[in-house]
Amino acid sequence: MGETLIKVVNLKKYFPIRGIFFAKAKVKAVDGVTFEIRRGETLGLVGESGCGKTTTGRLILRLLKPTAGHVYFEGKDVFKLKGEELKKFRRKAQIILQDPYTSLNPRMTIFEIINEALEVHKIKVPDKEEFIVSWLRKVGLEKHHLYRYPHEFSGGQRQRIAIVRALIINPEFVVLDEPTSALDVSVQAQILNMLKDFQREMNLTYLFISHDLGIVKYMSTRIAVMYLGKIVELAPAEELFEKPLHPYSQMLLASIPIPDPEYALKKPKVEVYGEPPSPINPPPGCRFHPRCIRALDICSREEPPFVEVEREHYVACWLYAKR
Amino acid sequence: MTTFPARKVIEVKDLHVHFFTYAGVVKAISGVSFEIYEGETFCLVGETGCGKSVTSRALTRLIESPGRIVKGQIIFYRDSGPVDIMTLSEEELREIRGREIAYIFQDPTASLDPLYTVGYQIAETMVAHKTADWKTAFRKAISILKSVIMPDPEKRVKNYPHELSGGMRQRVVIGISLSNKPKLLIADEPTTNLDVTIQAQILDLLRKLKKDEQMTLLLITHNMGVVAEMCTRVAVMYAGKIVEIGPVMEIFKNPLHPYTKGLLKAVPNPLSKIEKLESIPGTVPNLIYPPPGCRFHPRCKYMMEVCRSKEPPLVEVSEGHKVACWLYVK
Repeated sequence: MGETLIKVVNLKKYFPIRGIFFAKAKVKAVDGVTFEIRRGETLGLVGESGCGKTTTGRLILRLLKPTAGHVYFEGKDVFKLKGEELKKFRRKAQIILQDPYTSLNPRMTIFEIINEALEVHKIKVPDKEEFIVSWLRKVGLEKHHLYRYPHEFSGGQRQRIAIVRALIINPEFVVLDEPTSALDVSVQAQILNMLKDFQREMNLTYLFISHDLGIVKYMSTRIAVMYLGKIVELAPAEELFEKPLHPYSQMLLASIPIPDPEYALKKPKVEVYGEPPSPINPPPGCRFHPRCIRALDICSREEPPFVEVEREHYVACWLYAKR
Repeated sequence: MTTFPARKVIEVKDLHVHFFTYAGVVKAISGVSFEIYEGETFCLVGETGCGKSVTSRALTRLIESPGRIVKGQIIFYRDSGPVDIMTLSEEELREIRGREIAYIFQDPTASLDPLYTVGYQIAETMVAHKTADWKTAFRKAISILKSVIMPDPEKRVKNYPHELSGGMRQRVVIGISLSNKPKLLIADEPTTNLDVTIQAQILDLLRKLKKDEQMTLLLITHNMGVVAEMCTRVAVMYAGKIVEIGPVMEIFKNPLHPYTKGLLKAVPNPLSKIEKLESIPGTVPNLIYPPPGCRFHPRCKYMMEVCRSKEPPLVEVSEGHKVACWLYVK
């Protein structure tokens, strides 16, 4: 087990919905999540839309201010960093976003885009152009791409440029927010393999956010499942798929269409129904209870605690906690 | 289940669709031929730009300028006999669209009119095709919502689209498409925009409705998992052509075309332990200047000399399993 790089403690983020004079209601996007990310691992964060995974990623990088809770990076409170310390954090913690079509400034050349990263973090190299070209070559691009504009590249190529921009400054931690969702399957594999190679070479730590469970399993060491602003299960990747404990995890895994027609015929039928309720008015007690076939009485009254059921396998469910 | 002998619902012969743009002529579809039989679920699978969506829209000539169907026949086997869609008038086509051939598209929000209740929109489909009058149609709308497993149908029928979630909107769209009991339902990426648990429910619903209504389903998707779970036969498309076609079990167990093999290896199967995902090098070609010969040859590790200059024909390798690749032509 590696050392703890990031520690998230009871993190909350509520977004107010503004009425005419005051906030009518609050969207409880992230409602008390606690976990840690260890150096060198990839923590996968999965869940469907509205579960809070993207917001969690942004909070960890201090791209959003939390409503409550703490994030510790290398032991320091991220939200209390100032001046030089804050600048250092920004270099060490980077992000790669989902949409390659909006994450690169269309009015800057590739050189300018990547050079900007070097300048902002005051990274001095003897020959900037050569240095940037060497990085472009690492992702399969060429010197002649340097002075072109983003629109001249395909989605997959733009994502490679975004990867260079994030990694050329030598970060320690990268949030990958659905990095391949907008790409074709064949290109996706190229990008994922590239990310894995870089992780090995540079000893990077990843937070991999995705709704695609197949990819998350391929990329992650451990996986956290989120539902309506809370983490419902956290386990090593293989373990989560072999033995999902939380009824929501079970429903999620049963929903994935498997690319194997033989298996599709004999797949055990797991009841999948209902839709996630609104994060403005989450149900009382366990948020999943209205959709849960195994719901007990207590589930509608009290929120279950997040307990370690087996080594490294945590679950927030009354079926496994002492009542 | 196909009845014996299997009857055709639609047959496409040598279809060519071009888009005449300022940048040049995009040969979106170049010589696509296939048949769909009654009762089956036929899948068109491929990545962006392969032409699967354009093919599905071409079936009822839903191609708008700058696109044009430049060649080919589309034989639709109506109850009254076969007709070539290419020869019908706009009036005759409008009778078929929405009635005998219905569509479900990817974005349910774009498919629904935000200014009318969903009940109105379901009823409108029936009235427009003269299968019911307004009074009957409104009554039927509730039972249609029940058949698409909409929770609380009596209440939902009076809702506007924005009051429904994405999954519910897609159910409404499915309800609208089925209201006139079509012979062929064309679903173009019907669950791509939906969450995975909702996707599973919608696919389940389509399977159930197909059985209940004895419909034929043409499903367009890029997701191999959806293909495996839903389809009886599959056609794999690449750069405007069909590269392989066959029964679903065959295609997955015994893929022949290098592109099909590559595609299957690039998709992570969450059930198995994958050491490394294999990717297909290169990118999809520009269809204004497609590569000569086999369009996949620049990315193919089995490429031979002939692949560079001559297009491979679609040959039958085993029962129902055809492939367009020089590796299999004697």
